[in-house]
Amino acid sequence: MSTTTVSQLDKVKDGPWSGGKSPWNLEYGKIMMWFFLVSDAFTFSAFLIYYGAQKFAQPTWIDADKIFQSIPGIAESGQPLVFVGIMTFILIMSSVTMVLAVDAGHRNQKNEVVKWMLWTILGGLAFVGCQAIEWTHLHHQGFWFGRNPATGLEGEAIVEALAPYFTKDISYTAALQFSNLFFTITGFHGFHVSIGILLNIIVLCMTLNNTFERRGTYLMIEKVGLYWHFVDLVWVFVFTFFYLI
Amino acid sequence: MSNHNENIAAHDHHGEHGGMDKKGIWKVFFILLALTALEFLIALGFVHHWGIIQKGVFLNIIYIALTLVKAYYIVAYFMHLKFEKPGFIIVCSVGFVLIVYAIWLILVEGNFLLGAFQSHPLFPNN
Repeated sequence: MSTTTVSQLDKVKDGPWSGGKSPWNLEYGKIMMWFFLVSDAFTFSAFLIYYGAQKFAQPTWIDADKIFQSIPGIAESGQPLVFVGIMTFILIMSSVTMVLAVDAGHRNQKNEVVKWMLWTILGGLAFVGCQAIEWTHLHHQGFWFGRNPATGLEGEAIVEALAPYFTKDISYTAALQFSNLFFTITGFHGFHVSIGILLNIIVLCMTLNNTFERRGTYLMIEKVGLYWHFVDLVWVFVFTFFYLI
Repeated sequence: MSNHNENIAAHDHHGEHGGMDKKGIWKVFFILLALTALEFLIALGFVHHWGIIQKGVFLNIIYIALTLVKAYYIVAYFMHLKFEKPGFIIVCSVGFVLIVYAIWLILVEGNFLLGAFQSHPLFPNN
């Protein structure tokens, strides 16, 4: 096969998109993981935009500083944002250990991958545990899907039940919308974290089983890593819109 | 198919298209940590403790800007998007123009509903 003459037509088909090669230099599964994450980002965006729209549509809203005030086991009230700060730190930390696992996978260091995957799973479990505590706390206060502390009360009792959570005027509807959206959105996020932990455990088992070593590449760690970072990314937004603003 | 994957993996190895080493990973981590710490300093210190800044539009813009910077660092470095081919970066990010449009549309709609269909009782908080 010498290269004496190449017809003009054949030359035209030589670009990155002419077939026969991977124009993005990415493996199929990784591209599909990205596209799934883009679509999932749209879902979370829709949730958070609806939360914003509700805030705009209500004359008053619950004060985040007043509703998230407890540190389980340390302080029952008066400490806004501290507990969620710990949760945020845990999730960022587990994101870092995930990148370190991916990095170890690039160097084909099985033991290092196992070590960092274990830390990542631990971080994920700690986060879900914290969220369970937070949910329990709010549930005890009377917040849940379709209800708030004033559900079933009449007249002045509504004001009394909701006054601790508002700085401005008090609205039963606003408290109810907050309650529904908080549990829906953090619940959907927590569901993603749980799935992420499950995927992490699966790839950890595959690593221990030498599956990737035999395959010659730790690409699967990278794909699951993408999902895990996405979960962290969503939390960054949930944290801002629920706890800060 | 498996042959194809190995080709890409092998290419990845000697290609080293500007990925991150351990030092780079920890650097991004400390940037994220610093940004989060700044958010807490604003929320707990300036707003809650010292009362220097009032909650409002100005503060929200600061929070959202910090959030977007954090999101950039996670997507670009942790998710490695910055080091992919430009075509792929465009494919993954161009759709979010629609999200910006949706934010604008739906918040305007919410604002309209505030004046239009309010029949919920409001109680003064004293």
